[in-house]
Parts: sequence; C-alpha cells; structure tokens
Amino acid sequence: MSTVLDPAVPSAIQRGLQTCECCGLLSRPASRAEEGRCPRCGRGLEFRKPASLQRTWAFLIGAAICYIPANVLPVMMTTTFSGTESDTILQGVVFLWSPTGWPLSLIVLIASIMIPVAKISALGYLLITVKRGSIRNNGQRIRLYRIVEIVGRWSMVDVFVDTFTAALVQLQPLMSVEPGPGLPFFAAVVVLTMLAAESFDPRLIWDPSSGAAGKEI
Amino acid sequence: MYNQALSDASLIGCPHCDLLQRLPALEPGESARCPRCGKELWRRKEDSLQRPLALTIAAALLYVVANTVPMLGLTVVGREAFTTVFGGALHLWNAGWESVAVLVLFTAVVAPGLQIGLMLAILLGARRVRPHRWVGHLLRYYSTVGTWSMIEVMILGVLVALIKIAELAKVIPGLALFVLGVLVFLIAAIEASFDPREVWQRVEWAEAAERQRAASKNMTEAAS
Repeated sequence: MSTVLDPAVPSAIQRGLQTCECCGLLSRPASRAEEGRCPRCGRGLEFRKPASLQRTWAFLIGAAICYIPANVLPVMMTTTFSGTESDTILQGVVFLWSPTGWPLSLIVLIASIMIPVAKISALGYLLITVKRGSIRNNGQRIRLYRIVEIVGRWSMVDVFVDTFTAALVQLQPLMSVEPGPGLPFFAAVVVLTMLAAESFDPRLIWDPSSGAAGKEI
Repeated sequence: MYNQALSDASLIGCPHCDLLQRLPALEPGESARCPRCGKELWRRKEDSLQRPLALTIAAALLYVVANTVPMLGLTVVGREAFTTVFGGALHLWNAGWESVAVLVLFTAVVAPGLQIGLMLAILLGARRVRPHRWVGHLLRYYSTVGTWSMIEVMILGVLVALIKIAELAKVIPGLALFVLGVLVFLIAAIEASFDPREVWQRVEWAEAAERQRAASKNMTEAAS
C-alpha cells in the first residue's frame, strides 16, 4: 500500500498512521481493536499521548497549589548567636540585591518566581485553546510550548542554592543554615510543571486546523 | 501486536504537528525542518559515532573526578568546611528533607551518570553493522534521562550560593566546580555530534527479533 501526500489531509492521523514517540518510525496499526507496538523499537503506540489534556491539567493544578506554600513558607533558616532567622524565596532575592550582586538576584527572581508562574499560565492557555478547538496562532502557540519545555528546568536553581548553602554553612555554634519547610513544595512545583509539559501533546494544537480533531483520539 | 511499517521509509509524521511528509536525503551537516511548524526533524551529523564516543569517554572520566573531589568550601575564623555534590544531597537527607535529597541526587548525580553511561553503551553497541536490540532500548531511556540531568542548573545554583556565603565567610571554589563546568560543555558537544536517526536506521527491529525467537523455538520443538 503506497501513501501519497495530499495537502487536503495533511496529518498522519488522518491516514491512520502512528508516529513512534521514541524512534520516530511511522507505521500503520495492524488491527483497530488492539493497541499496536512499534515494529522497530517495540514501544506501545497511540495516535496522541493518552489523556494528554487531563494529565496536563492534573499536574498543572498540583503545581499551582504547591506554588503557594513554596512562596509563603521559608526555604532557608539561619541560626546564629542572636537566634533563628527564616527566609522565603522572595526574601532571598532581596538579600542578594546589592549594587554588585543584582544580576544574581535577578536570576533567582526570574528562575524561581517568574518562570513557574509563566509556565503554569502558558500551559493553561495552551490547554484552554486546545480544548476550544482554536485554529488561530498555531505557530505562536507551538513556539510557546517549546519555550516552556526549554526553560522549565532552570527553576531548579533555587533548590540547588538552598541545598549547597545548607550543606556548607555548618559552623556550629557560630552559624548554621538549614533548609526550610517551603523547599519540598518548591521542588514539587518544578517537578510537576516539568511533568505537565511532558504530558502535553503539541500535535493537539494543530489537529483542529488539519480537520483531524476528535478523529481517532 | 506490532504495527506494519510503511513501504516508503522516508515518510514521517512531524512529532510536534503530525504533518505527514517526506524526509529528504541529507548530506552531513544539513538539517530538515517541518514546513508547517518549524520543528527540526533531522540534522545529519558528520562522523556521528566516533566523535561522540571520544567526547563520552572524556565525559565519563570527568564525571568520576567531579563526584569525588570537593566542590566548594569555606574558611571562617580558622575553621574550614568542604562539601561534594553528594555531600549536599546527604546533608538534606540527614536534615529530614528526604524527598528533596532524592531529587537533588537524581538530577545532579544519577541522571548525568546514566546519561553518560547509556551513551557510552549505545555508541559501543552501534559499532556493529546491525546493532543489537538492546541498543534501541537504551536509546529509549537516554532521551528521558536527559530531561532530568541538570548539571548546568546546579552550577548556576552553586555560584549563587557561593556569592551568598561570600558575605559571611571566605569561600573556596573546589576543583569539582571547574570539572563540572567542562562537563556541561562536553555533554552539550555529545548531544550536538550524536545522530540518533543514524542508529535507529541500522538497529535490529523488535518485530524481527521476536519472529526469530519464535522460529528458533519452533525448530527446537520440532526437533524434540
């Protein structure tokens, strides 16, 4: 059976063809009833990532919930002679702010506070437009998705800052630093937004314009 | 049940927009993009097995050094303290933040180690004309592990920590920090010189391997 390219039916899904997410091989399911495997790498195949929208929403809502304690609770606690002082992420940014240190302060501000919010809103926007079957700004939406995929990991910066500050500053009784209760919530925000980006299927952005929406999914 | 492969192997679906298209034949150094969404579909690399192999061996050596020598230290009123990457995670664990400790250990130590180790195995396995099935298996895990390998993010975090601590004590950047810096560039160079498509095109197919196994089982049954 030969497949001829036809601009009227542009997407592989409309020809009943599946792309392997792992090795990229294009193949045709042998049976409609049973889920097929990739003949090259053996991975289970689907037309679209299974329950992509629901899974992405679940991770995203989880991340949004964790974002609140991550910012309200202290991520670092410093003990000195004069007592214990606790710092939230934002207080850490303010602490770093100085005539010479402001670029680092800006890095932490962007990576820890702005990127998670931007990621959650960007993925939320993508989910809503996909659900509505939008056919506008496809190019911009796919670019937004790619940016979310690339920058997400950089939110981990603050986790590493707190980890290594605490590991190093153990000068009892002079001074010691311990991680605060906000840290696990902050780490959860980073992991959950990364999982959300991974479970979103960007091909859903293009399906309404190909006339493939709702088919085979 | 396995899907049926198409007779025309140059046909592909774009992973980002599902556009059905024909992948052109490329010369080394050339790349192809999806005409609809702009996703880079394939960049053919020159010498795509030897170069990454050399880089991976170098990366493996640096990885061992980076995880054994101190990464940063400080001195204050005559007292000294040092920590390694592993020590950072260990301290979190002991302080009662096990979940974060596991995350730090995984993203800063385990995932980069797996990334380098898997790549080494893949490249060695792919030297055969028809690489064995396990090469494909490892390639599958390799891309997942890469997402969670965050050495470059950790270095930025350590630099911020260094500057924070510098207000209180004299900080000493350790050897591991510089080695990790080089390692980031090496891992980026491995990614840039490795061509997974080249390996996928030659690897033994899952379907064929299973058929072969079934055939040899039938043979032994018939013989007995």
